[in-house]
Amino acid sequence: MRIYLDHNATTPLRDEVIEASAAALRDLYGNPSSTHAEGAAARAALARAREQVAGCLGVAPGGVYFTSGASESNNSVLRALAGGASAVTRLVISNVEHPSVVEPAAWLEKCGVGVTRLSVDAEGLLEPDAVADAAAGADLVSLIWANNETGVVQPMQAIAERLREIGVPLHVDATQAVGKWPVDMKRVPVDWLSCSAHKLNGPKGVGCLAVAEGRDIEPLVLGGGQERGRRGGTENIPGIVGFGVACELARAECGARMQRYAALRDRLWDGIRKRVPRVRRNGAADRVLPNTLNLEIEGTPGEVLLEALDLEGVAVSAGAACHSGSVKASHVLSAMGRTPEQARASLRLSVGHGNDAGQIDRVVEILETLVRRAREAA
Amino acid sequence: MGAEARERVLVAMSGGVDSSLTAALLVESGAEVVGITMHLAGDASRCCSLEDADDARRVAEQLGVRFFVANYTQRFEEEVIQPFADSYLAGRTPIPCAACNKRFKFDYLIERARILGAAKVATGHYARVRQDPESGRYELRRPADRAKDQTYFLFQLDQSQLARSAFPLGELTKEEVRERARALGLATADKPESQEICFVPDGDYAKLVEAVRPEAGTLDGEIVDEVGRVLGRHRGIHRFTVGQRHGLGISADRRLYVTQLEPETRRVVVGGVKALDAEGAIIDEVHWIAGETPGHPVRGRVQIRHRHEGASACIEPLAGGGARVIFDRPVRAVAPGQAAVFYAGPADDADGERVLGGGWIREAVR
Repeated sequence: MRIYLDHNATTPLRDEVIEASAAALRDLYGNPSSTHAEGAAARAALARAREQVAGCLGVAPGGVYFTSGASESNNSVLRALAGGASAVTRLVISNVEHPSVVEPAAWLEKCGVGVTRLSVDAEGLLEPDAVADAAAGADLVSLIWANNETGVVQPMQAIAERLREIGVPLHVDATQAVGKWPVDMKRVPVDWLSCSAHKLNGPKGVGCLAVAEGRDIEPLVLGGGQERGRRGGTENIPGIVGFGVACELARAECGARMQRYAALRDRLWDGIRKRVPRVRRNGAADRVLPNTLNLEIEGTPGEVLLEALDLEGVAVSAGAACHSGSVKASHVLSAMGRTPEQARASLRLSVGHGNDAGQIDRVVEILETLVRRAREAA
Repeated sequence: MGAEARERVLVAMSGGVDSSLTAALLVESGAEVVGITMHLAGDASRCCSLEDADDARRVAEQLGVRFFVANYTQRFEEEVIQPFADSYLAGRTPIPCAACNKRFKFDYLIERARILGAAKVATGHYARVRQDPESGRYELRRPADRAKDQTYFLFQLDQSQLARSAFPLGELTKEEVRERARALGLATADKPESQEICFVPDGDYAKLVEAVRPEAGTLDGEIVDEVGRVLGRHRGIHRFTVGQRHGLGISADRRLYVTQLEPETRRVVVGGVKALDAEGAIIDEVHWIAGETPGHPVRGRVQIRHRHEGASACIEPLAGGGARVIFDRPVRAVAPGQAAVFYAGPADDADGERVLGGGWIREAVR
């Protein structure tokens, strides 16, 4: 039996999601833009999903725009700045953003937008006052709420409040936060929020951009007027329906999930700490997603440990990502002051739906053996 | 972990037919195969490009085995490509495949295999490895297909590496390999052979050297004959190899060959064919496969370049780890920088001539 500890990469679907999406695939084939009964049925499902997602994020249903996922949502918010691109347009991001923010920011820079990249500290954290200082006069601040690699959660409440005070709009990439951290746009005053269904046990290829009251978005995809003219293209009804169910589950279960994941993650860390020498956590241990454990296992090649774990039936991810075969040390760990050597010795283990204590104990046992092997082989 | 029924073997899969069949044969033998492509040089290169990794992945999928891509580009740049360029600049003719095999396909892959819990690393090299039942020592021997023999590139393997190596193609001919690959329907069965050095796909070594070491482009010098008469000029000694006849850019009333490269004076020395003959050679950094340096001179056949048939010689170990080779009859175009590999036993040995060891040619003895 495989043990999947890579829930920050993507998650398995919940049965409730599979059933809802499968039913939609089969029955809701109508085009929501059509007048007839088939269209109306799809339209109703779309409206229902919009309510479910809105309820989970703490925003009005009218503020939810469905997209193909957080990468599109991030692009949508950032690239809108290009419309007003001039020497005075300025964007503020951090140096631990997801590529779907890093790359649009680099593109904007080429278009003439000034880009400020805030540095996190050694724990991976931003300081709200420093964010506000850097943001004064900027047109947009875009920050990742919870980091995908380290799980470090930014003090977003304080950051958002400070930015609201100085009148600078804030976009938050909440892809990792939704479903495993309280995300409530009523409480945390963000202007735009991006997320993806597949990180919270929903289907791939669907997500949303949630927009606070009084804010709007520039469409990235122009087309047939779908999503109130903000996102062209016939809606992905089975995906959106599944996303809605996943959000409803996340809203109902968030507290319980956080406790369950934290218990498993802490069990994992306790076991590893006791049985694997020379190991430490990357990122603030008290300000991290309950499901994420990013480790530096001194003097081991993370990429090879990943393969070895895989062969023993355990799926994790490494601190150095392999894109089409070339390994680059994580920019997130580098931003936290880790050397390339340390980044290469890092592993990310992220628990989630389907994991249990028995699996965790087994992983500790396997990892102990593999680390010993790796250190003997070196 | 614990007791596993099937032995796990790491197979270096380049995306060519040889390593594809290697993986297939091991699957047939019941091993748990894990395929790995080593990403060594930039995308443009022939045998190490990611396109080849995709071919390897396709074969791994066909065979139903796990497959990974290992990135070694930085180490490859430092340990193979740069020394290759420096060697040319020092007036030698490097043979990068031997160092690449030793460091990458064996040192690094064996280390990786140990972490992955694989007992052995298998490659698609044409070579044979045997364990001598009496001494327990491992032997490296020429393969059944002498035309494809790659032992010349494997002479640096040591006992512990041979113990963890497998060359399943050692008993097959290239034609048999292709036939079996076709019979199995392997995606790479009819893929053309790669002949070039993998990181110099167009064969333009001078261009590569100048890309790695830009100063090479400014190191022009004189072409002189045996007595020092200047016959012309050249654009860098890295453009020449001992024994080379073409591309000298000088006209003469006799056939001229490069006989010597002098990095200090930047001179290329040319001479008639007779001047290419060497009585022997001084070999540096000799590695003896058995793990011990013989206490006395040994007789054997010495191969001085890939596809050289080998020349009978007396090999005399020198203090400091080198050796002096004295050929029975003069040998033409002994090029510093190439490997000299020593073989024992009759050339028609059914088990393949045994590799005694080898080293790097420092200079020809005339």
